[in-house]
Amino acid sequence: MTQPDPVLEVRDLRTWFYTDHGVARAVDGVSFTVNAGESVGIVGESGCGKSVTALSIMRLLEEPARIAGGSIRFRGRDIVDMTPAEFRTLRGAELAMVFQDPMTSLNPVLRIGSQLNEAMTVHGPSAAVAARRGIALLGSMGITSPERAVTSYPHQFSGGMRQRVVLAMGMSNEPALLLADEPTTALDVTIQAQILDLLQALNRDFGTAIMLISHDLGVIATICTRVIVMYAGEIVEQGPTEAVLAHPRHPYTWALLNARPGLDQERGDRRLITVEGTPPDPIAHPPGCRFAPRCPFRQPVCDEHPTLQAVAPDRLARCWLAGENDAPFVRQPRPPRPAVEEIVTAAEPIMEVRGLVKHFRLRGGFLSKPSVVRAVDGIDLTIQRGEIMGVVGESGCGKSTLGRTLMRLYKPDRGSIKFAGQDIANASAAQIRPLRRRLQMVFQNPYASLNPRMTVESILAEPLRFHGLTAGAAATRARVDELLGLVGLGAAARDRYPHEFSGGQRQRISIARALAVEPDFIVADEPISALDVNIQAQIVNLMMDLRERFGLTYLFIAHDLAVVRHICDRVMVLHLGQVAEIAPADDLFTTPLHPYTRYLISAQPALHGPGAGSGRLKLTGEPASAIDPPSGCRFHTRCPIAQPVCAREAPPMRMLRPKHEVACHFAERLG
Amino acid sequence: MLRFLIARTGALVAMTLLATLVVFLIANTVPGDPVLAQLGDQAASDPVFVAQWRHEYGLDRPLWERYGIFVVGLLHGDLGRSIHSQRPVLDDVAEYGPATLELASVSFILTLAVGIPLGILAAVKRDTWIDHLARIVSLLGVSSPTFWLAFMLLAVFYGYLQAAPGPGRLDPIGLPPPTVTGAYLIDSVLAGDWDTFRDAAAHMVLPSIVLASATIGLITRTTRASMLESIRQDYVRMGRAKGLKESRVIMRHVLPNALVPVVTLGGLAYANLLTGAVLTETVFSWPGLGRYTFLSAAALDFPAIMAITLLVAITYLVVNLITDISYALLDPRVRQ
Amino acid sequence: MSASVAARPPATRWQRWRRQYTLAAVGGVLVMLWILIAVAAPLLAPYAPNAVELSTRLLPPSAGHWLGTDELGRDVFSRLLYGARISLVTGVVVVAVGAAIGTLIGGVAAYAGGLVEEALMRLTDLVLCFPPIILALAIGAALGIGTTNTIIAMLVVWWPKFARLARSLVLQQRSLEYVEAAVVAGFGPGRILLRHIIPNSIGPLIVLITLDIGNAIIIFAGLSFLGLGVVPPTAEWGSMIAAGRELVAQWWVAAFPGFAILSIVLGFNFLGDGIRDWLDPRSRRF
Repeated sequence: MTQPDPVLEVRDLRTWFYTDHGVARAVDGVSFTVNAGESVGIVGESGCGKSVTALSIMRLLEEPARIAGGSIRFRGRDIVDMTPAEFRTLRGAELAMVFQDPMTSLNPVLRIGSQLNEAMTVHGPSAAVAARRGIALLGSMGITSPERAVTSYPHQFSGGMRQRVVLAMGMSNEPALLLADEPTTALDVTIQAQILDLLQALNRDFGTAIMLISHDLGVIATICTRVIVMYAGEIVEQGPTEAVLAHPRHPYTWALLNARPGLDQERGDRRLITVEGTPPDPIAHPPGCRFAPRCPFRQPVCDEHPTLQAVAPDRLARCWLAGENDAPFVRQPRPPRPAVEEIVTAAEPIMEVRGLVKHFRLRGGFLSKPSVVRAVDGIDLTIQRGEIMGVVGESGCGKSTLGRTLMRLYKPDRGSIKFAGQDIANASAAQIRPLRRRLQMVFQNPYASLNPRMTVESILAEPLRFHGLTAGAAATRARVDELLGLVGLGAAARDRYPHEFSGGQRQRISIARALAVEPDFIVADEPISALDVNIQAQIVNLMMDLRERFGLTYLFIAHDLAVVRHICDRVMVLHLGQVAEIAPADDLFTTPLHPYTRYLISAQPALHGPGAGSGRLKLTGEPASAIDPPSGCRFHTRCPIAQPVCAREAPPMRMLRPKHEVACHFAERLG
Repeated sequence: MLRFLIARTGALVAMTLLATLVVFLIANTVPGDPVLAQLGDQAASDPVFVAQWRHEYGLDRPLWERYGIFVVGLLHGDLGRSIHSQRPVLDDVAEYGPATLELASVSFILTLAVGIPLGILAAVKRDTWIDHLARIVSLLGVSSPTFWLAFMLLAVFYGYLQAAPGPGRLDPIGLPPPTVTGAYLIDSVLAGDWDTFRDAAAHMVLPSIVLASATIGLITRTTRASMLESIRQDYVRMGRAKGLKESRVIMRHVLPNALVPVVTLGGLAYANLLTGAVLTETVFSWPGLGRYTFLSAAALDFPAIMAITLLVAITYLVVNLITDISYALLDPRVRQ
Repeated sequence: MSASVAARPPATRWQRWRRQYTLAAVGGVLVMLWILIAVAAPLLAPYAPNAVELSTRLLPPSAGHWLGTDELGRDVFSRLLYGARISLVTGVVVVAVGAAIGTLIGGVAAYAGGLVEEALMRLTDLVLCFPPIILALAIGAALGIGTTNTIIAMLVVWWPKFARLARSLVLQQRSLEYVEAAVVAGFGPGRILLRHIIPNSIGPLIVLITLDIGNAIIIFAGLSFLGLGVVPPTAEWGSMIAAGRELVAQWWVAAFPGFAILSIVLGFNFLGDGIRDWLDPRSRRF
């Protein structure tokens, strides 16, 4: 980089929410600069102020949020004091933004072309010019047949395609700066990789500066050269991405980095490093260092609020301990844990699934044929007692349906499910009820999985009383307290309602409810994907602890491969309702045999700095639909090594390595 | 789209058939003998006369056979014979229908012309005095009994201020224009008779306001609620991020989406207007189907009431079909 | 809309509360007031409601007769107070019974699914296509005049909207994870419906019930106005208006009962509106 040429200078920005309970300082004195053509990432957990910073820059804040102070200079002009009309000439033209959810960012009743063109015509070009440029733009965003795309409606496009359209809108006037707020969070990891590549290409080819906001350091590391870490409305660390990732100078950055297992990391200790507690209430920030209450390295000096200071060339950190030392924070050694093999008792299958099929009929119209979603389409699976079985795949692969069918929330259409030797596939609701005690489930959405009208005590006590597990009110109360203790919540939680808890705490209650009936087998359906990374680590640790104490068996459904590798004994890869590959976790990740597995692994963003992603396996296709799956091998439409036979014959399941099965005609080529 | 139309029309036919069954069953199986209700006390006490009367109206045949006769009659346009007008109900409908359709249509236009802009304004100026005023006005409209509002407006504007004409469609000395459509406003224009047009229009003012009062409130509330729902959407923020003016964001991104549920309600509102006419027309001596229904009910003219009930049900079904179609036209997602 | 540097001081919590719930409070007071009047009518009314006194026909409002007298010399004020009884009772009975039947049918439909659901919902659609006033008029004409018959006629057309709402509420709740968790816990359908689904869907039902009582009062008064609702000489607002509808010069005969209907219905509507706002978490900001 030659002369730094700032396109955006934010100085002491304070954006506050004037709520009934007081003033929430969502953004509290943030200063940073983005240079022309640069790619900067802002990372932090939800509520840290990263999105509010972006909305402040775009002046898209809504009541009760207001900019309470500071300045935002865009190409040398202060935009806070501009009139709305003046600012509108910049917004969307020189300064653009794309949002998180592509499914809702496009107007459902307008054609894509007209939505794209208006982004241009409002800033000058005629309709004809805009229409021409729109088609070219869609093409360069990787949309096939853009001429047809402009006459389509948004609902005819998949999420990934819509995000390409949204990016085309953002880039339509070749802005100097593009703000991207979690642009890939709502997408599958495979589509995320494609969108990140596209963002990188836009940055490179158009010279547009990019400010990427994400909760995921891996996403930021993939394309950003500089990273800003926010915590509780402040910047706590800033510097070149590689340096920050290699040697974090703020304990919060250190915690973020270590809460996530690496995908390329061999499994040793299955516990993740976590910092306890939650971020402070933005209405009442602690007077000293805002991270101090959770900081494992806290010192007396931390009672005083630290300033953001230079700790190395190009690097700033807001910590008294950042010092000159390159690696001030060291992981504390833990007592060794028993290895997995000791926990798994002798091969004793607890769950045996054969030829499982679950289809959903979508209601057709009066004359149209109802279509069938082949959510689970012939799955065999054996889970041993004490095992953690991971299930991964893109959305729509049938992993949630599989979990719910094993729980008999759905009745399977065909196939058998044997739980502890007993067939439950065809059992009636009454026959299953006694087994419910042994089969439990933890759900994905901590905000929907607890009855909002019941106190924590009644949520936990209801199954106890129903199954007659405790004798008398006193015993029930004692057991509820015990359960709350098990999941790390105090007895004070007993009389409160779910809405009084954070997402992580709710997930703990959800786990306590599952544990209440002393189950053997738990289906955990994406139990951590709605949580912040540090909370994820806490929940993973809790689940591992509980498994050891009670000898539980888990079916762990997830889309985060790194977590799956870290905690699972075996992993099953699902693709469009069928098993693509199933293998011991380490073997699957070191020696994937199915091209789809390879594709998933390489799409996962990892913390290995910009540029390193270029070695990724690049696939361009969109996932096929489970309504009308492709013939033969269902992956053949996207597969880089597909042969004519793949379209004709479905590949059989073959064991090519010990305990490692794969359904691919040409798996040997990858082995 | 064609498949959509065929499917909806098929459903309409099925529902219409069911509706005839309901009307037939009410007419023939409810406790309380319609015969006794329709014959005078003296005639009803004479068994021979009753039997003869029953035979004449086919009431001595089995239920299913009578239903068959009823449906076949309907297909030939035979809605039965009114007892108090002594004419086929269809003739009465042809005579009084246009007056009601004219009144309901004018009220419907009034409803949309006032309700939608008021709802938009209330949503855009949320929590300001405009919003509160719109809320109070619409709740007042919904809460006023139409027959009383009609009386009050007549008393004030006709009786006291003499600013509005009295009941009826025209002045007592006015002559109706030559019948083309039956709607005086249209027929007078077609005949070039501007005096009659002014007269008819003046007579239309109070009844249409009364009839529209409840539906205006309904449409205002729905428009406001769905505007607020739509204004929260990400694509609206996206529109602002493109640099569009706030007015353009509202007109182009918020409004088209907000109108989708309003259309659904619009159909319902039109059907409500037709039935609200029963009360409004009665007070304004409006010679339409509403008043006819009231007079039939007062005279316990059973065949007429049943025929009207069935007609209104079918109208409702047809309006629903039109609503569904416009819904599909507005929202591309439904069209598939 | 972009808000930049703070100019106007933000509204306090009390200001916002007042803005949002003043109308609801007014509605609550109106409803309470009318309930009290209905209960205490014999104590409050200066005259017997049906006391005919032809010598004092059509007197304008005065100190002796606050709201004047009608064509039979009866005291309009006294009849107005007694009229509250029949309006409140019919409104509440129609809506309560209609809601009970409708909720049951909708709930059963949603829970049973398949053919049962299809049949019940088609039946609901069918009844919905008959407008209340007209069908009630038809049924009322068949059954004969009288309060009970009119209530029965109204009930026939009243339940479908509750059936629709109840069905959609149950379907919406049933797909939520906490209901799945209850299934996983082994609870039976009855317990899940009573302990989990109903307590969480009661809000919208209460809103509809509150708004609908006002609606039922208007419709009943309308049917009485048409001569169907009550048997003379019962004091009822709709029939009082009917009696006065030709008497433009003696406006008080029809005007005051109308104001009574307006105020009670407005009361229920304000109240229901306020409950809706209160239940909608999005309208409760911070």
